[in-house]
Amino acid sequence: MTTVENPTTNPLGFGRMRRKEDPRFIRGQGNYVDDLQLPGMLHGAVLRASYPHARIVSIDTSAAEAHPKVKAVITGKTLETLGLAWIPSLSHDVLAVLATDKVRFQGQEVAFVVAEDRYSARDALELIEVEYEPLPPLVDARRALEADAPLIRDDIAGKTDNHIFDWEAGDKEATDAVFSKADVVVVQDMLYPRVHPAPLETCGAVADMDKVSGKLTMWSTTQAPHAHRTLYALVAGLPEHKIRVISPDIGGGFGNKVGIYPGYVCAIVGSILTGKPVKWVEDRSENLMSTSFARDYHMRGEIAATRDGKITGLRVHVLADHGAFNNTAQPTKYPAGFFHIFTGSYDLEAAHCKVTGVYTNKAPGGVAYACSFRVTEAAYLVERMVDCLADELKMDPAELRMKNLLRPEQFPYTCSTGWEYDSGEYPRALRLAMDIAGYEELRKEQAERRARGELMGIGVSFFTETVGAGPKKHMDILGLGMADGAEVRVHPTGKAVVRLSVQTQGQGHETTFAQIVAEQLGIPPEDIDVVHGDTDNTPFGLGTYGSRSTPVSGAAVAVAALRVREKARVVASAMLEVAPDDLEWEKGRWLVKGDPATAKTIQEIALAAHGNLELPEGVEGHLDAACVYDPPNLTFPFGAYICVVDVDGGTGQVKVRRFVAVDDCGPRINPMIVEGQIHGGLADGIGMALMEVIAFDQDGNCLGGSFMDYLLPTALECPSWELGETVTPSPHHPLGCKGVGESATVGSPAAVVNAILDAIGVRHADMPFTPAQVWRTMQGSPFRTDLAIE
Amino acid sequence: MQVTMTVNGEEVTRDVEPRLLLVHFIRDHLGLTGTHWGCDTSNCGVCVVWMDGEPVKSCTVLAAMASGRRIRTVEDLERDGKLDPVQEGFVSEHGLQCGFCTPGMMMTARWLLDRNPDPSQDEIRECISGQICRCTGYENIVRAIRWAAEHSESAEVSA
Repeated sequence: MTTVENPTTNPLGFGRMRRKEDPRFIRGQGNYVDDLQLPGMLHGAVLRASYPHARIVSIDTSAAEAHPKVKAVITGKTLETLGLAWIPSLSHDVLAVLATDKVRFQGQEVAFVVAEDRYSARDALELIEVEYEPLPPLVDARRALEADAPLIRDDIAGKTDNHIFDWEAGDKEATDAVFSKADVVVVQDMLYPRVHPAPLETCGAVADMDKVSGKLTMWSTTQAPHAHRTLYALVAGLPEHKIRVISPDIGGGFGNKVGIYPGYVCAIVGSILTGKPVKWVEDRSENLMSTSFARDYHMRGEIAATRDGKITGLRVHVLADHGAFNNTAQPTKYPAGFFHIFTGSYDLEAAHCKVTGVYTNKAPGGVAYACSFRVTEAAYLVERMVDCLADELKMDPAELRMKNLLRPEQFPYTCSTGWEYDSGEYPRALRLAMDIAGYEELRKEQAERRARGELMGIGVSFFTETVGAGPKKHMDILGLGMADGAEVRVHPTGKAVVRLSVQTQGQGHETTFAQIVAEQLGIPPEDIDVVHGDTDNTPFGLGTYGSRSTPVSGAAVAVAALRVREKARVVASAMLEVAPDDLEWEKGRWLVKGDPATAKTIQEIALAAHGNLELPEGVEGHLDAACVYDPPNLTFPFGAYICVVDVDGGTGQVKVRRFVAVDDCGPRINPMIVEGQIHGGLADGIGMALMEVIAFDQDGNCLGGSFMDYLLPTALECPSWELGETVTPSPHHPLGCKGVGESATVGSPAAVVNAILDAIGVRHADMPFTPAQVWRTMQGSPFRTDLAIE
Repeated sequence: MQVTMTVNGEEVTRDVEPRLLLVHFIRDHLGLTGTHWGCDTSNCGVCVVWMDGEPVKSCTVLAAMASGRRIRTVEDLERDGKLDPVQEGFVSEHGLQCGFCTPGMMMTARWLLDRNPDPSQDEIRECISGQICRCTGYENIVRAIRWAAEHSESAEVSA
């Protein structure tokens, strides 16, 4: 471990820099939703379904209402009178806010109590009598389309099965043709289990409806404050200018905080009914059991290749378990997110996928946990299939990848399912990872250990991410295009403010976005304030998820700052009495070509722009600019990961000994922050590969409802990460940046799993590789990890 | 019932329900919101404070159990305008991202360094293994605590 001391002085632009947001956090002065205390504030709590599938016969709230500290009890019936019992989901379905007809998953919201304090609110939940008529639950997604499967969505007129959608990408006929002439075809079923983002701060809100002004202020744990505001306006009929959504400090998001949860809506209704601010903060079990999970993809992969290891085609069929409501958060056009980048990093002749979405009696969601809209599942699928092929061909998995990786000269590359990869130097990244790991030496060591009966495994994965959603002509969520606004204003004294449409859940926007402006204008980052997470004070945009902040909002800020720089040129030309074309930019000042001593700094220009300087016709004063950035394409970060594990053959215990990660996300605005983002994603990969899963028993009970059951990696399971980097700029992003927030979560699980299976010499078994699963796999009978049944 | 305890050097007395958790007492009754609430089951450690000089998970301690004891929270790490080296270490080494686990991590780190001023990486990992961070992958937390060990000249007297 090398301890790099990050500098105490700031770069004038890109570079390692300590975070501007840290001083409040290290003093315990962060401002999270649950920290908020307002005068007269009441507390809400949600009554949740104990059954996974049951008809509601009756709900008696009288005892709860009689509780001396209870101010309101809200049920689905209350909401029906307001037209809010059901709301639109993020995927053109509907979502019950509070159940009216039946409950469809364990933990579903049934009633909401508003009381004077949080303990009383919980007490009152116990006083609500709900009579249920239990129905058979559907927990096995593979049975969802059987004729006798319980019908979950009888609320949808004419619905007779649990089918949600079929969606295809790629050329089926061409792919079938490639497979029919292939030397080798390997078929493998695999599950990417249901997992949960589990941010340490659960979801919550404080709703404050001011009766006099009619304005609702909503502090909430949201990654997308502007989208939430618009949805509240559309759904609740509140005028949008009378809604202010504030996303204060957020204790981790990872996609868990993109959607609107029933608790938020109930807090708003509670505030309207009581005339007081209402706080609702869920507990950990509520978070794990009811809020947006991730994955749950049952995949059948098929890979075609020549005998000498040239991969020619990929075919995938996915059964996607979406839970009780289709509430996946992704661009409308893509019901399976960006899964069709399962073509990965390889030069294929053809590829095809079909995804079938189904309802089950489980919590809704699916797109979350740093997944880049299902690129996690896609990368896992292809990287497992390549290892299965390597096993079949008895080839080294790194060599097989090297043989098939896209070559630099093939970019921009249009893959078989239609994505246009912007740039990449894949072989260089893989070679660097192999060099850092000492790959050839590791294989020798492995052979020696095997000879001694020790189980050591080396896993390789190579991923191509697709992030920065996205071009408006292709991408919207509920009709809202995925462009981002930004505003940059330089004050008269040369300090600046930048207003973002995205917000931060820990990614360090207050630092990196100041650095973008600093890079463009030469104003020190400490002189630049970053405003975000408040719809009254920031331009519109769709929020922070899918690694889109730098690719989209970063571009918006870069362009707005460039516009400021150009405006400054005109002001400087007036100050210096030369033509604008006679000036050239040197970071922080405009100077006269050929006479660098004659110059005006950005600070001098800012003051002049606010003064009485006579500007050319048509040029307004002040020094500011805005931009709405509609990205021309997505960005395609990539990387090569190598994991080394030791497996205890007696217990099945896996020890991750080393993890090498080479990432290419283009230029790094703040390398310190980029490395931190990668570290976090690598830990996610360890967690998903080794321990994380939300499984269900046959009665539909959620078996991952607390941190005693839903295990997360600690410092002991994580090795000291070994990072490397290559830099291949995106040709279409104004800064060349590609985004990095989710790369490691996308790329790392396959490397860990490939290493474990390499160690124990088995072609495939499903995550998570708990000691029991490893041991069972070694005995030839791995568990199904989604269900607690044999 | 009435509880009296010393919190960050100041004696406080409040009437509380016997079932009130220490974490809620600290946050909601005293307004010290640097201590967080994360899981209820002693697994995540965002609620770690010191009780009589030992780290405890305040989500599984009743305020009543803390009566008569000394409690120390993150708000007490900085004294007389001087940051604890642990706080400086977390900034220097990028040991935090969302900041939610940070107070608990820092309280454990200070406890460790008071007993072992020069801990190895393994000793640090062992010591924080009862706490979860979802953002950093732990690497930079370990580095932050090492940083604090290597810059201990400004270490202040612990409570």
